Amino acid sequence: MKRFYPFFVLVTLALLSYAFYQGMFAAPTEATMGDVQRIFYYHLPHAWVAFLLFFANFLASIWYLVRRTERADALALASAEVGVVFCTVVLVTGPLWARPVWGIWWTWDARLTSTLVLWLIYVSYLVLRRFATGAQTQVLAAALAIFGFLDVPIVYLSIRYFRTQHPQPVIGGGEGSGLDPRMWIAVLWNLAGFLAFALLLVRLRYRLALAENALEAAHADRALGNLEQMPPPRASTQAGESPESHSALKLGNEPR
Amino acid sequence: MTVMAVARRTLAKDLRLEWRAKDAVNSMLFFALLVVVIFSFSFDPTAEESRRIAGGLVWVAFLFAAVVALNQTWARELRNQVLDAYRVSPAPAVSLFLAKAVGNFILVSALELLMTPLFVVFYNLRSVGPVYQLLLIAVLGTWALVVNGTFFAAISIRTRSREIMLPLILFPISIPALLAMVDATTSVLTGEASPRFWLQLLAVYDLVFTTVCLALFDTVINAE
Repeated sequence: MKRFYPFFVLVTLALLSYAFYQGMFAAPTEATMGDVQRIFYYHLPHAWVAFLLFFANFLASIWYLVRRTERADALALASAEVGVVFCTVVLVTGPLWARPVWGIWWTWDARLTSTLVLWLIYVSYLVLRRFATGAQTQVLAAALAIFGFLDVPIVYLSIRYFRTQHPQPVIGGGEGSGLDPRMWIAVLWNLAGFLAFALLLVRLRYRLALAENALEAAHADRALGNLEQMPPPRASTQAGESPESHSALKLGNEPR
Repeated sequence: MTVMAVARRTLAKDLRLEWRAKDAVNSMLFFALLVVVIFSFSFDPTAEESRRIAGGLVWVAFLFAAVVALNQTWARELRNQVLDAYRVSPAPAVSLFLAKAVGNFILVSALELLMTPLFVVFYNLRSVGPVYQLLLIAVLGTWALVVNGTFFAAISIRTRSREIMLPLILFPISIPALLAMVDATTSVLTGEASPRFWLQLLAVYDLVFTTVCLALFDTVINAE
């Protein structure tokens, strides 16, 4: 895997450069929107990669709750973080494209609103990870990830109904039926490029998370090692804990 | 003891404590009253137009007030390590969750019952559509808020900034439920549309998340 890594970086760079060429030069200029439509080659692939990463986060969270391995949690964290970055790119490129084409930066159209809600859900996941302390972070985060992912179809369903029920000020969506085949090629190359880039980032973040865990464990070991050289405080904490757990056990027997 | 028996005892204990202290109810009520007054500054609340935004208004006020109660759900159990005692006891964790969720449901429903006349008076509300539909929306909607809220409160008490954390993780997940409650209430109040779809959506939301909460609560409460 380690020997493969530099090779993968080169492949990613090559893919991204070729995708840039495809999107900026090879694809034809759109008839009504002009060159500004080329932002589409970044907008759509980022959205798809973000959805894929959120799905990976969901799978990794289930894997963590079943197996309780550090690796699963590191993967969940990495995919959520990179997913939020990609989703942010979608939310930034969207208004950049909408302003010249629709005349407004933002409209509360179904797709825009649900992407924003999706982004909010995963940002809240990252906020929880930041504020939770200790080893329980991983369990709590995994639980929230499952809630978040199950919420996604309900969000889409509700917002779609909400927005189609009311009259819409702007006809949404640039992509769809009549896409030139050369445009499709540009989309697919960009998708491949950014997917590779995302995998690269996820791998880096995953390694970083594992390294952080290892460092924390090493610090804890060292602190425990220091404690062992000083027996009195350790004995006192044990004495302090035991009556509590004893009474707790007695309480627990009561309902039987 | 069975799951239901433990849940019933815990619920009875919580309600008795709440009845004697009235901590949650009082703070919720006062909070909701403040929201009603502050909202009235941003528009003319007695205008005919206000019926269109009344659904959103009422539910935002209830949501904010409910967070006050939800945050206190587990605080009582942290004192004297009651929660730890519960964890080592053979009582099933699911019944603790059920008791807390039902307790919060009762508290928030009581708040809604007390606040609704106030909204009607202050905002000059009249329902064009059938009123029994509002009751159904309230029951399904309150459960949607409370079931996830109780679960997420158990998550947020384990973080560094306890009280701030709950709305941050609860609101994004609750967006579809809130949207359903607000739009269903508005369509009943204005009598322009049927809330059928929203009621179905709320029922699905309740079903999905009650199941997930019950399935994951044991894991979360025993997280070390």
